[in-house]
Amino acid sequence: MNKIKTIIRKEWAEVFKNRMVIFTVAFLPLLMTAIPLGIIFSTRGMSSATGGTVDNQLPSEMTQSMCPNGLSGSDCFQVFLVSEFMMLFMLVPVAIPVTIAAYSIVGEKTTRSLEPLLATPITTVELLVGKCLAAVIPAILATYAAFGIFALGIWLIVANKMLLSALLDARWLIAIFIVGPLLALLAVVFSLMISSRVNDPRVAEQISMVIILPVLAGFFGQVAGLFVLNKQLISIVAIVMVGLDAVMVYLATRVFQREQILTRWK
Amino acid sequence: MIHAENLTKQFKDILAVENLSLDVDEGEVFGFLGPNGAGKTTTVRMLTSLIGPTSGSATVAGFALGKQDTNIRRTVGVLTETPGMYDNLSAEYNLRIFAELCEVKDVTGQIEKYLKMLGLWDRRFDAAGTFSKGMKQKLAIARALLHEPRILFLDEPTAGLDPEGAHLVREFIAELKKEGRTIFLCTHNLEEADHLCDRVGVFKTHLLVVDTPSQLRASVFGRKVIFHLRSVDEGIAGNLRKLDFIREVKVVENKMVITLDDPEIRNPGIVRILVNAGADIQFVGELRHSLEDVYLQLVKNA
Repeated sequence: MNKIKTIIRKEWAEVFKNRMVIFTVAFLPLLMTAIPLGIIFSTRGMSSATGGTVDNQLPSEMTQSMCPNGLSGSDCFQVFLVSEFMMLFMLVPVAIPVTIAAYSIVGEKTTRSLEPLLATPITTVELLVGKCLAAVIPAILATYAAFGIFALGIWLIVANKMLLSALLDARWLIAIFIVGPLLALLAVVFSLMISSRVNDPRVAEQISMVIILPVLAGFFGQVAGLFVLNKQLISIVAIVMVGLDAVMVYLATRVFQREQILTRWK
Repeated sequence: MIHAENLTKQFKDILAVENLSLDVDEGEVFGFLGPNGAGKTTTVRMLTSLIGPTSGSATVAGFALGKQDTNIRRTVGVLTETPGMYDNLSAEYNLRIFAELCEVKDVTGQIEKYLKMLGLWDRRFDAAGTFSKGMKQKLAIARALLHEPRILFLDEPTAGLDPEGAHLVREFIAELKKEGRTIFLCTHNLEEADHLCDRVGVFKTHLLVVDTPSQLRASVFGRKVIFHLRSVDEGIAGNLRKLDFIREVKVVENKMVITLDDPEIRNPGIVRILVNAGADIQFVGELRHSLEDVYLQLVKNA
């Protein structure tokens, strides 16, 4: 456990000296928070002006699952708009750890520090867990912090308590507190696998960014009305993610072979 | 302390190490010499359990390779071919990471000890990236020693250093030798090997020969004694050639170079013969071939 902590502290000491990483960790969550808050702020006055008409144009699945009785059409529309951005919000726990983890192993290769590191009594599992947590923890903290700001902002902007509870319903909580960390873990394990197979940090980062595509696809799919991200669907996503993470962790331990990483590197 | 038996490493179609068998005793400084690409680093990687052998077996400090790898890594200190420091982090923090990973109890004390010993204490808070190559190498040596390993693997410790830096590192290795540590020294610097090593092994995919530097000289070139005379009479040289303990007599200007096996025993007799024959002996000394000559001869023949 102590060795894992040492690896985490070492990774953070190195990574957070890089301004680009700090920028990614800080900027992305702020952007993903600012967009939905901005939408809610700019549409907050629509309630009295258009009350009761907008919900007719929304998908019935959406109004049933997201808009409790008593919520006006325009309020329901606000819930809909913010829901569209939930998938975008999920970019935070994916993009941040990719930035950190993609460099993790290949960076050690380029600085030639991997061999001395592997020559210590650290086990492969300790090294991988340390590297994983070093990327996952900032991602989860940034996601939680962004969600905290988002929730606080909504509480300040929205006067209607029913709208408030609809905006911060179980879907968001499942997404932020369950799917978010699972996505972060998936992204990190994927990036570590890539990082241990390539010889160039830029290649590692570019390939690792592929992991963002499913999240973007989900966002555009929802915007296009292909599906509605209701409580049931997000729960299914969470369960699938658990399975995917387990498979990826297993694959990562198989892919991370000390000898291959050392001897294939030139 | 190190025992290897038929250690072999094959990388696809490249045979890097073939049937390496050797023993290194406790407290011995063993020089591992060989040309680039001979498989020296691969051997070090195998013996430090960084990579596994294709076949063969070895024990390091009594721990079996492939079965007790973590114990081996706990027992040995490794100076890798390149220092491999975290350039953004301070010298002190670089060492702290490795001290913690190597389960050092008094982390701060050990860091202070070796930074002071290697003259880096005043720069301890500076980023390793700002260090010169020599300073980085010294920092890497400190890193390899933090957990007080019984066995040290040093891969080209003075490569790329200026003469002063190389001298400092060599002196430091000599100090470690005095402490009784077992040192496995991979080097291209044959003068360094001659100066520091109790025994050397010349290696090119397989081990060509292992012996003390002086025995290697004797076995490859024989021992040579040079007699400086006021003038050399070919007749005297001819008489000496007839003696059964003399392997060769060469005359170069006013010098006679005699190759024989036991100069300590035979020299007084030769001197008597020369004096009785009327030769004026100006100077007598042993002609020492450098280890480089020995090495080049062995590698050429391999």
